[in-house]
Parts: sequence; structure tokens; C-alpha cells
Amino acid sequence: MWLRSVCKSVLLGVPIGITFLDTIGYVARVEGISMQPVLNPDSKNTDYVFLSRWSVRDYDVRRGDVISLVSPKDPNQKIIKRIVGLQGDVVSTLGYKTQYVRVPEGHCWVEGDHTGHTLDSNTFGPVSLGLVNARAAYIVWPPSRWQRLEAKLPEHRKPFLEKQ
Amino acid sequence: MAFMRFVGKTCGFLGYALQTACVTHCAFEYVGDFVMCSGPSMEPTLQTNNVLFTEHISPRVQRLRRGDIVISRSPSNPKQNICKRITGLPGDRVRDSRLYGPVPEGLIRSRVVCRVWPLDKITLLSEY
Repeated sequence: MWLRSVCKSVLLGVPIGITFLDTIGYVARVEGISMQPVLNPDSKNTDYVFLSRWSVRDYDVRRGDVISLVSPKDPNQKIIKRIVGLQGDVVSTLGYKTQYVRVPEGHCWVEGDHTGHTLDSNTFGPVSLGLVNARAAYIVWPPSRWQRLEAKLPEHRKPFLEKQ
Repeated sequence: MAFMRFVGKTCGFLGYALQTACVTHCAFEYVGDFVMCSGPSMEPTLQTNNVLFTEHISPRVQRLRRGDIVISRSPSNPKQNICKRITGLPGDRVRDSRLYGPVPEGLIRSRVVCRVWPLDKITLLSEY
């Protein structure tokens, strides 16, 4: 009898849990140094961030947001970057094949904060907004690092020409 | 007393609705769903207003093959889905995907299995 009720609550609980993770958000570990100094400032301790799925439900992203996206190279890999340019913006690139790029419709230009140690749009070009997975909203672990992740761009990385 | 019973019933109903919504979400997101296609781009295989059953498992485990018809998010508008046939996989040389160029695999949502509407045109649209 108890087995039946356990099975029943698991069967009903799992879909509710999955739906919660899919629509509200989840916590993920940040790997690598591409977002230093904001994330993983010293390589010994890795940060955990809360990824908000809710805030990208309409693909509304702003310049400066830290987002996680499916890698355009490998669909199994998720990467975490900062949005530098939105559709229509002209960005000045760092080592891309052309010096200036106009971001195409439905795309964005993403870069890691740690220039030179990051694989980003300067390598693979503008990425489609459909690949955006979530917005990194907070660092939640370790507790000493608890903070909100602000949308900010250094002055020299602002798009050369902003549309809208 | 009647009020308490009303609250209890409402909570029970809301819980039931939540469960149903969550199970539906999981089924549509991880197993399969129905898609209505419009536009002439896949004629003569598919016509406007055909309803297709698509499965979400192959793209997740990356078992996509050349010739599969897939539903993908449009590269230029993430809120729109497109229905196309895969003509090339990583490493292939192709001249297709005319408007978009290569589409990242991460945009592909599901693989078309069969047509379920109109009823007289029910057919399997996948090769295995």
C-alpha cells in the first residue's frame, strides 16, 4: 500500500518539478574562466548561479545581461556569456573576420568578460536568439559571493552604433 | 462550514489543474507534440494546414539524419518555428538552407514522424 502511494507521488511530483525547472529557473555551476572577474574570480572556488528561465520567456534580453545559451557549435554544451549587441546594432569586434558587424535580425552578439580567454561571438559570430536558454540572475553559492548580477557593459564594449 | 468546503474544493481543483498542466508540458516538451504547418516551403510533401505529429527525443539524443523533416526555431525570429528537411549534417558540403545558411543544431526542436490531418492523407513521414 505504501509503495503504491510513493509511486503515485513520484509520478505526479516529477512532472511538476521538471515544469518548474523549465519555466521558472534552476541553479547551475559555472565552469571556466571566460566570465572572470564577475564569475569564478579565483579558479579554486566555482560559483553557482541561478538561471532564470522566466525572464527570457519572450526572448527579451538587454545589452549587458549575463545569459546562458546553447553553444552554436555543440548543442550539448551550454555556455555563459554577456550580451553586447542586439539586432541592428553595429559592434566593433575583437579579432573577428571583419572589424565591424551589424547584428542580423533575431540575433545577438555575446562576449565573455575575460577578453582573450573566452570563446564567444568574436569566434563564432552573431548567435540566434533561439539559442538563449536563461538569464543568470544571481550568484547563489558560495554564500559569501551572494549577489545580483547586474546588466552592465564596460564603456569600451558598448556597441559602436545602437539601434532603438 | 460551507465556506471551508468551498475553499477545500477549489484548492483540490487548482491542484488537479496544476498537475495536468505540468504533465502536458512534460509530454509536449520531452516526448512529442502536434504541429500545424503553413506555407508552401515543404510542398509537395506537406501542404498548408496539415497537422503533423513530431517527436522530441531524436534531437535531444542527436539521432538526426539526412532526409529527416524537422521543426526548428527560425534563426531570424525565435518565436517562429520553421519546418524543413535536413540536407546536410556537420562536415557535409551543401548548397541548401538557402536563406539562413547552416542552422545551429541547438535550434532544432523536434523531428516529424507522421501526418495526422487531413484524415485521408495520414502517412508516415520518417524513414524508421
